[in-house]
Formats: sequence, structure tokens, C-alpha cells
Amino acid sequence: MKSFMQGAAEKNRKRGLAFKLSLFILASTTMIFLIAFGYNYGESRYLVMKNVEENAKNLALSTSHQIENVLRGVDDAPRYLASSLEYIDCSDKELLKQIEGIVKLNPDIFGSTVAFEPYSRDPRRQYFAPYYCRDMDRLKLSYLGGKGYHYPLWDWYLIPRELGAPAWSEPYFDEGGGNVVMSTYSVPFYRNGGGRRMFAGVVTADMSLDWLKETMAKVKIYRTGFAFLISRNGVFVSHPNKDMIMRESIFSVAENAGDTELREIGRKMIRGGEGFVSVPEYFTGKKAWMYYAPLPSAGWSIGVVIPGDELFADVRNLSWIVLVIGIGGFAFLFFVVTSISHKITRPLRRLAETTSEIAKGNLDVDLPCERSGDEVGELTESFENMQAALKEYIANLKEATAAKERMESELKIARTIQMSFLPKRFPPFPEKKEFDIFATLVPAREVGGDLYDFFLLDEEKLFFAIGDVSGKGVPAALFMAAAKILMKGSISRDVDIAETLARVNRELCIENEATMFLTYFCGILNFRTGELKYSNAGHNPPLLLRAGRKPEWLPLPEGIFLGVFEESPYLTYTTRLEPGDALLLYTDGVTEAMNSGEKVYTEERLYEFSGALANSHPEHMVREIVADVQHFAGDAPQSDDITMLALLYRGEQLRAGKAEGAGREKGNREGRTERGDLP
Amino acid sequence: MSRRFNPQYSFGWILFFTAFFIFASPASAAHLQKVTFLPQWFPQAQFAGYYTAKEKGIYEKYGLDVTILRGGPEMPSDTMLSGRKTMFATMFLAEAVQQSSKGPRLVNIAQIVQRSGFMIVAKKSSGIQNAGDLQGKRVSLWPNFSLQPLAFFRKQNIKVKIIPQAYTLNLFLRGGVDAASAMWYNEYHSIMSAGVNEDELTTFFFNGNDFNFPEDGIYCLEETWKKNPDLVRRFARASIEGWNYAFAHPEEALNIVMKYVEEARINTSRPHQKWMLGRIKEIIVPADRGTSIGTLSEKDYMTVARELRLRGLISRIPPYEEFYAGSSGKK
Repeated sequence: MKSFMQGAAEKNRKRGLAFKLSLFILASTTMIFLIAFGYNYGESRYLVMKNVEENAKNLALSTSHQIENVLRGVDDAPRYLASSLEYIDCSDKELLKQIEGIVKLNPDIFGSTVAFEPYSRDPRRQYFAPYYCRDMDRLKLSYLGGKGYHYPLWDWYLIPRELGAPAWSEPYFDEGGGNVVMSTYSVPFYRNGGGRRMFAGVVTADMSLDWLKETMAKVKIYRTGFAFLISRNGVFVSHPNKDMIMRESIFSVAENAGDTELREIGRKMIRGGEGFVSVPEYFTGKKAWMYYAPLPSAGWSIGVVIPGDELFADVRNLSWIVLVIGIGGFAFLFFVVTSISHKITRPLRRLAETTSEIAKGNLDVDLPCERSGDEVGELTESFENMQAALKEYIANLKEATAAKERMESELKIARTIQMSFLPKRFPPFPEKKEFDIFATLVPAREVGGDLYDFFLLDEEKLFFAIGDVSGKGVPAALFMAAAKILMKGSISRDVDIAETLARVNRELCIENEATMFLTYFCGILNFRTGELKYSNAGHNPPLLLRAGRKPEWLPLPEGIFLGVFEESPYLTYTTRLEPGDALLLYTDGVTEAMNSGEKVYTEERLYEFSGALANSHPEHMVREIVADVQHFAGDAPQSDDITMLALLYRGEQLRAGKAEGAGREKGNREGRTERGDLP
Repeated sequence: MSRRFNPQYSFGWILFFTAFFIFASPASAAHLQKVTFLPQWFPQAQFAGYYTAKEKGIYEKYGLDVTILRGGPEMPSDTMLSGRKTMFATMFLAEAVQQSSKGPRLVNIAQIVQRSGFMIVAKKSSGIQNAGDLQGKRVSLWPNFSLQPLAFFRKQNIKVKIIPQAYTLNLFLRGGVDAASAMWYNEYHSIMSAGVNEDELTTFFFNGNDFNFPEDGIYCLEETWKKNPDLVRRFARASIEGWNYAFAHPEEALNIVMKYVEEARINTSRPHQKWMLGRIKEIIVPADRGTSIGTLSEKDYMTVARELRLRGLISRIPPYEEFYAGSSGKK
């Protein structure tokens, strides 16, 4: 269940913009419509109710008034006769004439009598009540009272007698009078007897209530609205359903339904109340409303009933129409919103499809070409720009990559050239015990053009050199190769080293259009004698590590780098190495190595570090220093070749131990002496 | 489709015809004894048991072909019985005792109503909350049924202004009297059906030990009883069975009553008849009295007879054994 709901929520989230837009617009519209519809319906009902109450009230009151008029017309005659009987003694004949006149002159009166108290008119007669009533077209006289009809016990006589006031009787079926509902109006009259006002009898007028049928039937409100009349006891005197008349009362109907609501309404009615109420469903078979009003003279009550469904039929019809319009409007809106949102989002969807193609790497797809000035148009334009920029960028990138690859291969070539010219076999002369030599070149990524070289000139002379070509890459490598070959070709054991440098310089100057140059230090060690001749062309001064003493910088003759000035002069210096002395050559790749903090390794640090390495094997010395330099540089990229060459002079094996102390003094002295010889 | 003979059907038919002959033959018209019966008033639920016995074939079962006459003020039971216009009739016990003492003598063959349904109803709005409040008030009494209330007023030492009571309660409803006589099963409900609520009324019932005058009983002339005691007994038993059936099936009984009501064109409503049937049951089979329907207790008989003699309405009390057919003397 949960997963299903999550699934549904997921599905909704994934719905398109068009769906969401439609959903929200339609939901809001529906809500607004329903609120308006509900308000309209309620308000209409209220207005109809107000209107209906007014209508029903008018109808009830006017009907009541009509009936009252008839009742009042009937009660005048007996009242008059009763009041005249109080004072005037009339004969039986006159009395009969009076009674006959009442019936004759009042078409609404069915019959009339003057009923006397037993034995009061004539002590010999128990009953005296001459009665005139209509019989076809004539008037018929009869005398009421007898063995089977003791009228003093009947309501029409007893009630006014006991109440001492005129009264309308409860309606009754008159079986003799054609089974019509009748009611009798009775007025008591009195005589003075023995100083007291004594009850003498009643004057009555019977009225058929048949005409009520017509009067009540005229009451029409709505289609099946009707009026009914109940007596003082709540009995139906008039009702569209004939079976109810004189049988059922409003209270028996209520009792039958086991309901007290209608009973309370009935109680209010028979007490002469007036009001507008809803009556329970069982009363008319459906929900209804009723206005009730009294008929004061008879104490009866009239009710005008309006079936609720008809009352609100118009409102309901109107509501149906509104509802249908609403549904139609909803359908139309649904169509419009759906199509518009689809139309709006169509370029977006197409854009999304296209851009997902682009995202896959296909930059050549065409973006949707239909343009509008709206946001989607702008978005498409932006995408187009982005596509173009991407294309351009990728083209540039391709070019740059190609160039880089080309350069990389050039560098590779340069490095191969450079490295292939360097002696790489150590120890190079294992049979020579008088010295140890070791050199290394750690190439930078871009070839720096450093070089080192050594070879034996004869059985007792060792040539060694270190150099650094200005510039980088293949030209530097080639220049270095040329310099090395020239040097090797030019040097010989008898030629002065400075002269050789001058000659090589001149060669290098020829057609050096790139004006590349080379710093170069070289020397020739007579490893039998320890004599060292050396010359320099603008290279860094090597460190001389005399055995047992502090390192010192090898004094260098003046001399400019090779390859630029044809006539540069170079000088040769001579010094003597004692066994145990070592010489350390390096390029500026060592001393100018930089760390990430842009600090330089410096000659001072080289000086300090190499001091600790005096008297160690050249290979060890070189590796330690390179390691230190690399440690110093850390992550910073190596920008120049790191090249070092170390030469340890051991001298004659036999002399090594004795000469150690003296040799040092001598070397120094000789060093100074030799320098004094220099021009 | 032709249906083949099915032995099951034939067996059913045999059973049906057998049953028909067994049960129908004693009830067949040739063997039924014709009798007439008069309830003392217009058709209403007060007589539901007799109508039910007739309609449900209970009288036929007892071999009787009963014609139920339509009662009313013009057909008083006493006159009808003494004039031999009816064989059986219902009467109030007090009426019957008076009639019997005048002669011809009557025999009570079943005392149906055990408890008096008679009551005095007063309006609380007239300031009547208890019996004492009736002092000096206008009370309407039925001329024929004033024994109980008069005995009651005498016992309570109350003096009231008695107004003759007519056939309706309209005088009471219109405030012409402060209190009126009523039958619990009839007029009391009519008062309520005229929109007066029970809580607006104060009621005085006459079913206590001193005033309980048992009402409807079935009577016939003593000569009828002597001549044909079996017929009389069968009528009494069938009537009681009718009552038992009516109480067991009140809706059906009500339908039967309404049928008689319609035929007689009586202006009454079904709720009124329903009320009447419910109340008449309570006074025919009172919850606190063990006697079976139809029994006349000697104590009740004597209460009524003594009151009648006291009022001078009878000179001597007919012996219980002679008056009541169900007593040991008559059996």
C-alpha cells in the first residue's frame, strides 16, 4: 500500500509541466465554481423561502378572512333573535315565523331552531325546539327532542349553556342532511325569573360546511400546494384527502407517525397561533412547509401547505442549469488549458529532447527553429549560443591537444637526443683505481639542454665537463649535442684546455642564428699526479671538497659562455688535488631549484649540505644531493634539468694513507701558486 | 410441456382433502347454530375480541353462526336482551345487576373486563392536582355512569357541582367544566387527540379496591342459559378465544376492527383504535391479577352490588351463584 502510494507520488512528480499546469488551473477553477455555486444555491433558497413565506401567509390570511366573513354572516341572525327573546314574549306562531325567516333569508344557513330548557316554556312539555331546515327547495318544520334525542345533552345545546356564550360546535356529519359536514352556531338566551337571570335556551343556526370545499379548493399554491382546515380539536374539517375529513386529526396523524413535532404544531394551531413551519414528511408524503393562521370566530385553524420539492423546484432547475454550464465550462476550460499548456510546453519538450541529444555529445543536432519572443525563445537562443560555444571550445581543445601532443613528441625526441649523448655507464673505468667519478642528469619535463661528459685522454688524464645550454627543447638538445661533439673532437691531451674552449666557441658561433649559448666548465685531471687543469665558460663555480677541510668554491678564470661572441678569450687554471679531495660540478638546475613557496635552493644550502658529504663516494654524494634538492622542491614542478658530476681523487693506492695530511697543505699552496701564474 | 404424474403431488392433494373434510365438516353451515350478539356500543376496539372471533372463524369452530349487531344509543343492551332481540349482549356489571333485579333475570356468562376503565380527568390549569382540589369544581358526569364517581366523592368527602356530560368532551375541552368523566381506553385518548398533553391533565382512576366496578361482561337471559347451557358455554369460550387471538395479533385485530368501523362509518382514527385495543387489554388481563379472562370475582361483584343497594338502585342483591354462570352454583 505504502509503496503503491509512493509510486503514485513518484508518478505525479514525474508528470509533465502541462499536466501540472492543467491540474492546478482546473482544480482552482472547480473550487471557485463550487463555492460560487453553493453560495448561489443557499442564497436562492433563502430568497425563495422568504418569498414563499410571504405568499403562503397572504394566502392563509386571505382564506381565513373569506371564511370568517361567511361565519360572521351566519351568526348575525341567531344573535339578533336570541337578544330579542330575552325581552319579548312571543307566541309559538311568531317564534316559528322568526325561525323560518332566519333560514329563508340566509342562504348559508341550512337549518335553525330555538331550543328551550326542558319544561321552561311550557311546564307540560319537556322538549320544545321547533326546527326549520332546507329540504329540497322548501323549508321543513320539525320538532327536536324526544325519547331517543335528549337535546340538552348535545354539544350545540350544552356548550353555550355551560359557557354562557355563543359557540360554534365541532363540525359533525349530519346523517339526515345528505351526509354533509355541518357546524352549528348556538347563542344562549336568558329570561328573568324570580329576580334572577335564568338560562332559557339556545338559538341555533346550522351551516353546511360544503362551501368550504370550494373555498379551500381554490387555494392553490405551486403545483400541489393545498390548504386544510382543522377544528378546535384538531380534526380535519377540510382536506384534499377526503378520508381524513372528520376522521383524522392533526394529532392522530402525529401519533400514527410517533412524532411530537407535528403535535406541537397542531397545539399551536388550535390555540389560535400563526406561523411558518416546516412540517414532517409523513404529513404530506414529502417534505413540506406550512403557514397556519387562525379562524378566530370558530376557533379553527387554516394551514397552507407547500411541498418543499416544488418550493425549490425553480432553484433546483436553476442550479441544474448552472451546474450543466459549469460542467460544460469545465470541459471547455479543460480542453483550452490542456491544449495551451501542451502548445506552450511543446517547444520546451522538443528543446529538452534536443538538448539531451547534445548532452550525449551530438553537438551537430539542430535546435528547434520555430522562434517566439517568449522565454522559451530566449532559452532556445541561449542553448544555441551554448551549442556554438561548445563547438568552438571543443574545436580549440582538439587543436590545443594536437599541438600539445606534437610538442610532447618533440620533447621526447629532444630528451632522447640529450640522453643518448651522455655517458651512462658507471663506474666508467673500473680498472682505474686512482679516482671515482659519477654523474647524473634528471631531465625536466621540457628538456633543459644540460650536459655532462667525461672520458680518458690517455692513461693518466681524465677529461670531465658540465654544461648548460640556454633555451629548451630540440634546439637546445641539438645545440648541446653539437657542443659536446665539438668539444670531444677538439680536445686532445696536448692542447690547452682554454684554447680548445676558444676554438669550440668559434665553431658554435658560426651560423648560430638562434643565438643559443652554452655555459661550460671542463677540466683535465692527471690522476697520476693529481694535477688539475680547468677552464670555465660562464658556468657556476664547482665546489672543491678537500679531504678533512671545509668545502670551498673552486676559483674560476674569467670566461664568457660559448656560442655568442666569437673572440671570447678563455684561461686555464691549474691546481693540484690530493688524494681524498673531491670536486662537485652542478648546473643551475640544482641551486635555482624552486619549491612551491617560490624559494630557491641556493648555493649556500648546497655548500652546507655537501660539506657533510665530504669523503663519501661520488655516487652517494650525487644521489644524496639530488634527493635533497627534490625533497626541497617538494610538489613544485621541476623547471630545469638537474645535473651533477662528482669526482673523487684517490691518487696512488700505496700513498694514500701517508700523504693524506701533507697533501692537503701542498694542494692549497699549489692552488694559490697556480693562480698566481694566471695572466 | 407435458407433466408426468407425480406421486408427491397426489399425496399432497390427498392430505389437503382429508384435512378439508376433517376441519370443515363440523363448521359447515348445516351444523352451525345461529346466534345473535350485541356489543353495547358502536364498533370499536373495545369489542375487538368478538369481531376477531367472528372473522377468524373461531365462532364457527365452536359450531356457532354469530351475527354481530351494531350497538349504539338507540340499541341499549338491556332492552335488546329483555325484548329477545339478541341472544347475547355485553353490559357493564352495574347495569346488568340493575337490569337483572328489574327482570327478566340475566346471567353473566363471562366477565371480560376485570378492571374499571372509568376515570375522572381534570385540567391542571383549573388548579386540580389531587382529589381535594375537586372541591366545589364543575365536574361533568355521564348520567348513566355516575355510581363510581359519586361513591368516590362521598368517600373523599368532596362536594362538586355536577354538570350532565354529553356524548363528547367538547365542553371539557372548551373549559366549560373543570373535570369530566372519561373511559381510559376511549375519551382519555380523545382528549389527547384534541391536542391536550398528558402532563396537562390530572387523572383519577376507579380501579382501586373500593371503586373497581368491572365493566364489559357477556350476558344472556337466564332462560337462555337454562335451556341451552352448552350453546352459552361455547359462545363464552369462543369469545374468550377471540380475545386471546386479538391480543396475540394486535395488528390483525386492529385491521378487523377498522373494517367494522369503516362499515359503520364511525368517525375514528386508527391510532385511536390502537390506543383502545392496548388499554382494553390492560383492563381485560391486568398484569397484577391472576384470574383468567372471563372470571367474575365475587368480591368485585359484591362491591358493585352493595354500592347499587346503597344508592337505592336495587332492593336486594342477587346471589352471586345465580348471577354468574361461571360460579360453582351454575356449573
